[in-house]
Amino acid sequence: MKKERFLLPLLLIVIWQGLCTIQVVPSYKLPSPVEIILGFKDLLIVGVPPGNFLHNHILYSLYRVVLGYAAASLLGIPLGLLMGWSGGLLRIMRPLLEVVRPIPPLAWIPIAILWFGIGIKSAAFIIFLGAFFPILLNTISGVVSIHPILIEAARTLHAKEKDIFLKVLLPGAVPSIFVGMRIGIGIGWMTLVAAEFTGVKEGYGLGYMIMTARDIQRPDEILAGMLVIGVIGLLIDIGLRAMESRTIRWK
Amino acid sequence: MSLELLGLSKIFIGRDPGEGVHVLDQIEHRIENGRFVSIVGPSGCGKTTLLRIIAGLEKASAGEVLLDGKGMVQGSEEVGMVFQEYALFPWRTTLQNIEMGLEIRGIEKEKRRATAMEYIKTFDLIGFENHYPRQLSGGMKQRVAIARTLIMNPRVVLMDEPFGSLDSQTRNALQEFLLRIWEKRADTVLFVTHNVDEAVFLSDEIVVFSKRPARIIKILKIEYPRPRDRTSEECNHTRRDVLRVLEEEMKRKES
Repeated sequence: MKKERFLLPLLLIVIWQGLCTIQVVPSYKLPSPVEIILGFKDLLIVGVPPGNFLHNHILYSLYRVVLGYAAASLLGIPLGLLMGWSGGLLRIMRPLLEVVRPIPPLAWIPIAILWFGIGIKSAAFIIFLGAFFPILLNTISGVVSIHPILIEAARTLHAKEKDIFLKVLLPGAVPSIFVGMRIGIGIGWMTLVAAEFTGVKEGYGLGYMIMTARDIQRPDEILAGMLVIGVIGLLIDIGLRAMESRTIRWK
Repeated sequence: MSLELLGLSKIFIGRDPGEGVHVLDQIEHRIENGRFVSIVGPSGCGKTTLLRIIAGLEKASAGEVLLDGKGMVQGSEEVGMVFQEYALFPWRTTLQNIEMGLEIRGIEKEKRRATAMEYIKTFDLIGFENHYPRQLSGGMKQRVAIARTLIMNPRVVLMDEPFGSLDSQTRNALQEFLLRIWEKRADTVLFVTHNVDEAVFLSDEIVVFSKRPARIIKILKIEYPRPRDRTSEECNHTRRDVLRVLEEEMKRKES
């Protein structure tokens, strides 16, 4: 079973390498797998632009994501809990959310640059927007979907509002909060790369890196960079999933 | 010393005037402390609503509930409730479910854990204290739910068809178990069921409700001792009495 999973990708890579070797596709459009590996090596030891190494690009990108994502979680989860808890607050906030939510995070880039300038704040703000809504909405639905009988059971055990909030609504919403956090980081990570296309001040970032590789005509480094972006996104999701299954063993 | 229901009525207000549902009509009854009282009646007649009012989950439209002559506040510490669907907190283990009430009360961890462990023993749940509800059978879940309620030492225990979703063997076993526990504790129990068999086996007294709006149409005292033989002549006799009252009520046209 495990072995079969790798069969198709492996076959594709072999065909791909073959097509490149007999020069059916020109390598300035689609470099071969071997060239991409070499490009990856260049990203590591030469850097794009030279001196700006891959690990620093990764660290800067992660830094931006962590900043925006942390803000989205710290605001989205408590706000979602409150909104799920209080019908009034939900009714007041909903129209505003409905208007703001459909605006793609990337459409905020121009105004973000105007507000925060080019740099970390703009990028973090874009990530924040991408991650905030899935986290908020899933938290709300997590609270709303808690069976009312559990709240009543807590009341018959003489729970005060504080107890109901902390001992029923919060733990009951955790599975849904995790769903929101996983969607949120996914969207945040995608938005990040696009946000970096529009400019970074520090000269670091994975999106910035692959745009620079395009400027200097290095498709091998572009594709290697894309793979790195994908793998990191996957690793983040795996990490969150591990956290999720550890936290909600009761499901 | 008793639990008194004084003229309890409940009307659920509808969206439009005249759309309200009249559920309880002047329920008046006095239950001596420590009695096991079952309430039977047509389904949807308002038995559950009565329990919910006593538990403080619902407000009566009129009337009041007194315990030992004093009015009870909503959600009083003296009342506990067991739900039909168990209503266990799925994210809490058996132990954590049972100690939830003590936790809310602010009892320190060591102490509440020790008390909860006693209940785990009494309720035959040893070995399952760290299981989550989804890992337990229906009978076990209901034992956890009962323990969670009784650990608070309520003087009045409300049970809303607690064994309604169990198979009949488990149900019989739990009825016997409940009696053993109750005989040691002497709480007042108000037990809603539509299983007449169960009511006869368990109760000191059976209260029969009418169709909606519910009134008390019959009160039967059961004097013979426990443990009772479900198939004995006297049990059959009581059962026949209750069933006859219920049948007549079902035949009665809507007034």
